[in-house]
Amino acid sequence: MSLDKEKIKHVAKLARISVNDAKIDSLTKDLNSIFKFIEQLNELDTNKVEPLTSILNQSLRSRKDEINDGKIREKVLKNSPKDSEEFFVVPKVVE
Amino acid sequence: MSDITNQSLNQIIKRIKTKEISSTDLTKAYIKNIEGAKKLNAFVTTTFDYALDKAKQFDNKPNFDQLLPGIPLAVKDLFCTENFKTTAGSNILNNFVPSYESTVTKNLWDNGSFLLGKLNCDEFAMGSSNETSYFGNVINPVGDQLVPGGSSGGSSSALAADLTPATIGTDTGGSIRQPASFTGTVGLKPTYGLCSRWGIVAFASSLDQAGPMTKDITDCAIMLEAMSGFDEKDSTSINKKKENYSKNLKDNIKGLKIGIPKEYRVDNMPKEIDELWEKGKKILKDLGAELIDISLPHTKYALPTYYIVAPAEASSNLARYDGVRYGYRSEKGKDLIEMYENTRSEGFGDEVKRRILIGTYVLSSGYYDAYYLKAQKVRQLIKKDFDDNFTKVDAILTPSTPSSAFKIGEKTNDPVSMYLNDIFTVPTNLAGLPALSLPAGLDKQGLPLGLQLIGKPLDEQKILNIGYAFEKNCGFKNEIKKWWA
Repeated sequence: MSLDKEKIKHVAKLARISVNDAKIDSLTKDLNSIFKFIEQLNELDTNKVEPLTSILNQSLRSRKDEINDGKIREKVLKNSPKDSEEFFVVPKVVE
Repeated sequence: MSDITNQSLNQIIKRIKTKEISSTDLTKAYIKNIEGAKKLNAFVTTTFDYALDKAKQFDNKPNFDQLLPGIPLAVKDLFCTENFKTTAGSNILNNFVPSYESTVTKNLWDNGSFLLGKLNCDEFAMGSSNETSYFGNVINPVGDQLVPGGSSGGSSSALAADLTPATIGTDTGGSIRQPASFTGTVGLKPTYGLCSRWGIVAFASSLDQAGPMTKDITDCAIMLEAMSGFDEKDSTSINKKKENYSKNLKDNIKGLKIGIPKEYRVDNMPKEIDELWEKGKKILKDLGAELIDISLPHTKYALPTYYIVAPAEASSNLARYDGVRYGYRSEKGKDLIEMYENTRSEGFGDEVKRRILIGTYVLSSGYYDAYYLKAQKVRQLIKKDFDDNFTKVDAILTPSTPSSAFKIGEKTNDPVSMYLNDIFTVPTNLAGLPALSLPAGLDKQGLPLGLQLIGKPLDEQKILNIGYAFEKNCGFKNEIKKWWA
């Protein structure tokens, strides 16, 4: 199958990346050549194969549900592009 | 005394222990080299004042019982370092200063070393030539205008140019081994789960693994010993006893069975790669190892599988860069959604955006089964290829890369040709296996080439031992002229 510009714009919307019209042609070409490469996998019959979801022979550990840190508000806010008092600030969401 | 910085880490440690050189003088020697090597563009950040301070502290109160006593180390800029900027080679993290330290770097510092600087890399470790970094290309010290490999390109360049005695990288599809091969150095991707992923900027979490990059095998064993170990903070960390890789290094490999997979070749592969492989086989055979022809039939599907699994995981992992909590934020856009879209469009480079789009697409409704689920199934077949053969052999020998270092700009217009660089390294990431790239020879142009040893899960000691025996008998010497200084 091939990816057209509209589909790529839709996927970009899902990924929250704005795609500039000047770049859409080269992006379409690149993605189509990558997907052509990926689609070699269709040569293989995998009907009876279980998907591999973890390469470890162990299941994920569970831990006690307890607070082991906290009181690090300053550290959490330290890198924020914009904050006010104790909060992250974003463009207005509700009118 | 000859220049201390062109020696291997284990030789330097000996000299520190015998007090032939102080940590301060050692650190100063590296700083001098780094200042004279700006052309290579290997560093994103240097931490000279901090390093000199730590060196002084060590000299005032030395502890020679540590694995890395008083050793300055530069690390890939993908490891979070507390209070030192960590960029992952991206504009989106250009101003990010972590308030925590990655487990792997903390382990290195707890063994006596300290930070000398942060090394350039492909953006979010996505690349095979270091050309996707926001901070510009890195130059390979083996030749001007050549790429140092990637994504750990700053690491391989700095190591080969004597700007750090050893270093660490991360390897998701070959990002330690391919740059090691391109620079005539040693690089190890450990078993998935051996080194903690906590505090490493995530790319593809089921494939990412940190590992050492060093001048020789002894150094590799020392660094692996220092950086590895169980970590509660990484849910996929393996809980096992710590091993003394350096103490247990042995060069007797008599009777070991080495698999030679017939599928590790590509169309138009330079003859020199075949000759190098033959040379490797002969060395191991002469040392008493038994060579066994094997087949890993799904090898050719590893790279297409990787280019579904890795972007899928990346698109999820990189969703966190939204311009709200940390990192770059665009000032453009009339509402929150546009702020996200502009932040991510301006903050990420082209290759990262491409991979996020691939990942988003293969995980999107209606395509998940055709791509992502299919890839997970093929990943099972690739792992099974290795499982089946590891009942017959102790390790597998292959070339590390299908070519030597290429020129800057040579492959940037064709993503697939760039991806093909990782054709021999990607299968082990998919299968979670340890793999070592060791320098083995030079091509016609005098550029280094590497061979790869793949081991069973958690069998790092064995591939290190084979590498150790190989190194002693291979006669490879990395003679780099310091043309940049």
